[in-house]
Amino acid sequence: MIKPKVGVVSCSGECCSLGTLSRIATRRVLEDLKAGETVTICLPLFLAGDSGERMFAKQFPTVAVDGCHKLCATKAIEKYSGATAATVDVESMLEEQGSDPPASRRIFTPEDMAMVAMVAGAIVEKVDGIKEAQDA
Amino acid sequence: MNERPILIIPCSGIGKPFGTIGRDATFRVVDELRKGRADTSCLSLLVMGDEEATEQIRESDCIAVDGCPLECARKNIEIAGGRIAAYFRVMDLLRDNRGLKPKQVTFLDDDGTRLAEMLAERIAVKVDELGGGGLD
Ligand code: SF4
Ligand code: SF4
Repeated sequence: MIKPKVGVVSCSGECCSLGTLSRIATRRVLEDLKAGETVTICLPLFLAGDSGERMFAKQFPTVAVDGCHKLCATKAIEKYSGATAATVDVESMLEEQGSDPPASRRIFTPEDMAMVAMVAGAIVEKVDGIKEAQDA
Repeated sequence: MNERPILIIPCSGIGKPFGTIGRDATFRVVDELRKGRADTSCLSLLVMGDEEATEQIRESDCIAVDGCPLECARKNIEIAGGRIAAYFRVMDLLRDNRGLKPKQVTFLDDDGTRLAEMLAERIAVKVDELGGGGLD
């Protein structure tokens, strides 16, 4: 049986550096850590698209990556497309670590990139969990 | 003089460099070129129907910045009842600068950075025309 790829969808997060962190971590997973196993979609297409996009979460078990507690990606996916398989809440992760968000939303330092690696690792864990459940 | 800052909303394009260019240009204007006179907000908040973000959009002059012809920023602002005071498309800028070929999505390469700088200058001029203010 061909198993579906796993969707990884980041919030847009223009308001703060947490959104940039979500977005870069998501890109790391898509183009490197889980390349070939994951797919994404531009989040605003759920509302602005021609409705074919709304099949996304039904076709692909999807991990939402949210910059802050507002959980826009999770809520938008669930409103328009279907239940999410998992959520990564980046703000909660940083709070647990006692880390401050990156200072800039445009330019990331090596310390910020360490946070990207941590968030990307959390996304990979969720992707692996979904794939294991598919195998069971 | 507009009492409110001009709201610049880039699309959330994550699959190609165009979304990153619009996003980078927006941050250049909001955080540097016209700091205090322009602001941004998370497009995802509009997608998931956040009331506060919708109200902010309705009360502001908005500049939409879209990465591709699907025009997610423009459409989502209009669906939320916002006023589009100006509109930029990264594809138009690329057409005017055919020698520049951006390839990197996560972090812009030199061509992508050059396009983001040009776009930021154009947006900043538009902010001046619209007379944004209010965050000083
Ligand atoms: S989850 Fe937070 S950072 Fe992400 S788009 Fe929503 S408000 Fe912005
Ligand atoms: S306008 Fe195009 S690049 Fe931007 S979010 Fe929509 S589909 Fe993605």
